[in-house]
Amino acid sequence: MTTMATTESRWTGGLSPFGMSWQKLMMWWFIVTDALLFAGFLGGYGFSRLGSANWPAPSKVFSMPFLTVMTFVLISSSATMACAVAAAKARDRAAVARFTALTLLGGVIFLSMQAWEWAHFIGDGGRPAGNPWGDARFGSYFFLVTGFHGTHVLLGVVILLIVALRARKDRYTDNGVEVAGLYWHFVDLVWVFIFGCFYLI
Amino acid sequence: MEHRQGFLGKYVFSFDHKVIGIQYIVTAILMAVIAGALAVIIRTRLAWPGVGAKAFPPEAYISFVTMHGTLMVFFVVSLALSGLANFLIPLQIGARDMAYPFLNMLSFWTVVPACLIMLASFFVTGGAAASGWTAYPPLSAVKEAVPGSGLGQTLWLLGMALFIFSFTMGGLNFLTTTLNLRTRGMTMRRMPITVWGFLVATVLAILAFPPLTAAALMLLADRHLDTSFFVTDMLMGGKYRALGDGTPLLFQHLFWFLGHPEVYVLVLPCICMTFDILPAFTRRPIFGYRPSVYAMLVIGVLSMIVWGHHMFVTGMNPYVGKYFSIATVIITAPFSILGVNLLASLWRARMRFATPMLFALAVISAVGLGGFGGLFLGTMTSDIYFHDTYFVVGHFHLMIGTVTLLSIFGATYFWFPKMFGRMMDERLGRWHFWLTAGPMITIFVLMHMQGLGGMLRRTYDPSLYPYNEHNSTLRLPITLLAFLLFLAQSIFVWNFTKSIFKGEKAPANPWEATTLEWQAPSPPPHGNFGEQLPVVHRFAYEYSPGEGQADFVPQTVEKTA
Repeated sequence: MTTMATTESRWTGGLSPFGMSWQKLMMWWFIVTDALLFAGFLGGYGFSRLGSANWPAPSKVFSMPFLTVMTFVLISSSATMACAVAAAKARDRAAVARFTALTLLGGVIFLSMQAWEWAHFIGDGGRPAGNPWGDARFGSYFFLVTGFHGTHVLLGVVILLIVALRARKDRYTDNGVEVAGLYWHFVDLVWVFIFGCFYLI
Repeated sequence: MEHRQGFLGKYVFSFDHKVIGIQYIVTAILMAVIAGALAVIIRTRLAWPGVGAKAFPPEAYISFVTMHGTLMVFFVVSLALSGLANFLIPLQIGARDMAYPFLNMLSFWTVVPACLIMLASFFVTGGAAASGWTAYPPLSAVKEAVPGSGLGQTLWLLGMALFIFSFTMGGLNFLTTTLNLRTRGMTMRRMPITVWGFLVATVLAILAFPPLTAAALMLLADRHLDTSFFVTDMLMGGKYRALGDGTPLLFQHLFWFLGHPEVYVLVLPCICMTFDILPAFTRRPIFGYRPSVYAMLVIGVLSMIVWGHHMFVTGMNPYVGKYFSIATVIITAPFSILGVNLLASLWRARMRFATPMLFALAVISAVGLGGFGGLFLGTMTSDIYFHDTYFVVGHFHLMIGTVTLLSIFGATYFWFPKMFGRMMDERLGRWHFWLTAGPMITIFVLMHMQGLGGMLRRTYDPSLYPYNEHNSTLRLPITLLAFLLFLAQSIFVWNFTKSIFKGEKAPANPWEATTLEWQAPSPPPHGNFGEQLPVVHRFAYEYSPGEGQADFVPQTVEKTA
């Protein structure tokens, strides 16, 4: 009964029904729309791969241990991001700057490893228009999906840089750090889907 | 509240949702003139196929059809609705502005270059895009396919990308504003139904547009990076072309995953605005507020899972088609609830026949007529015959052309006093109504007839095919009506422009309506409601509440006892 009452009273207007700032609410909706963008790519990829007779086995093309390390780095950066958000809530300026910088470092390492992977893929003859291993769309989807995700990581790194600089000058807000954190977690989560759907299967 | 001074800050790069709303509406009117002129050219060609064939080759015809569709769907109806949503949402929920006014300004100024790029594409080598508003590959994917597949198609994709970008930014604002900034007492069930319409439409747009963005990016890659997401080896111009391993079917799936929800993005707010106009002129509450809202939510969910009914003849697995067919016919149920509730809102009405009311009544007719045709197109067996005929053209023009435009006209006449503080001319309004609603509905009903007779759409010269002979009698009347319809819009443009400067001064609440926007001055000042935000005490449509009481009770009036 009490829960009913609270649910009801939150929607009466004059306050946010989810108890969150509009910035955070907007970021959630942005995440929904961006998730559907990746769903479009991955859906198209699934559609193409299921209908293909000669899709190459990803494990023969990519180095799985290398990819596992990449994934580990990115997921660890989510953990440091969570620490930064918690530090921002506790108003611990130094910790916010430190953990944001660590997250940033994780992002940069991930991007560097991705650049190395791209270089290898291209060196082995993989191109957007075709590749030596099979279906021409294999390379197309590789560049499209990882490239688009990489762009998101790059944007996240820029955002984290701004957050870290603001934290150093003590101009951060816990709301701002949290919104940036939401975006970063989302980008990591998308990678898990890409890792699962594109590399593992 | 921040007051920005100077002409640029006040009228051009304004952060004020009301100014931005009006900017959207004016842009939509300008684009409508161009898109309408294209329709006139198309109809001229169809009525007199032999005339001027040299100046107007088949390639140009299909370009014009493509651009007419693109401009009307995305740059006229969508922009006009963005404008009305911008103007109405904060006013109707009792907010001072959108949640993020800067983003709001940015989304308008992103759509302006999109419009310019679309228009510029007429003037490049090869002309504007020619692959239909759906941009189907291979016409859109292979640069040499037809003249319009060249630079014109690239510009089309660029324009659409900017448009989607802008629409997403706007949508994020609408959602956040509606959820977070409702004034005290404005529960979800007290919201004017227009706000519900925009809420459902925005969620649909936020969910449906991204896969089209994905498809557009992949199409760009196919065009410029030689990938083959959507193309396969094929014969083109009599020559074998090894293009790759892809399939055009994938593009159609991605496109219609957007395309079908998009029609509800356009239609739902329009039906809701009609709901909002009716009670002020029937002096009755609207019929079935809650069932209508629930029906809209159901329509929203269903609209996301029926896209395949546009693809029955693509070679898609027929069992999949069966599913899409059944799901589509199920939509009829919630949609009929909306239609019947519109009609029942007239029950025991004390009618006042002002121009907005006339348009609202015409919308009800158009919803009925258009919805009826949808039954035949949603059913796989009949659609195989109707597919790509004028039956389809007539149907979607009734739904996303007639319902939307008539409702947008009605809404403009209705909310004009709030926008500019002046009334529109009633006599000109009536002329505009009869010369618009009459021809519009007649034209598209007649197109259904042509479609029943088997006339195919996108046909440059219908007189070339003997099977089409029996359809020829209707071609000229439709064209003449189209001319009349186009000319009649000059009455509206004149009325709109003249009334901004010389219209009769409007009081705050000229229609004696109950919702919050009418409690603000006309036009509302920056920040909308003065010192104190209004507090809502009751349902949005309390007209004729009972014997011995006032004719209408605004939402801000406190309940006694």
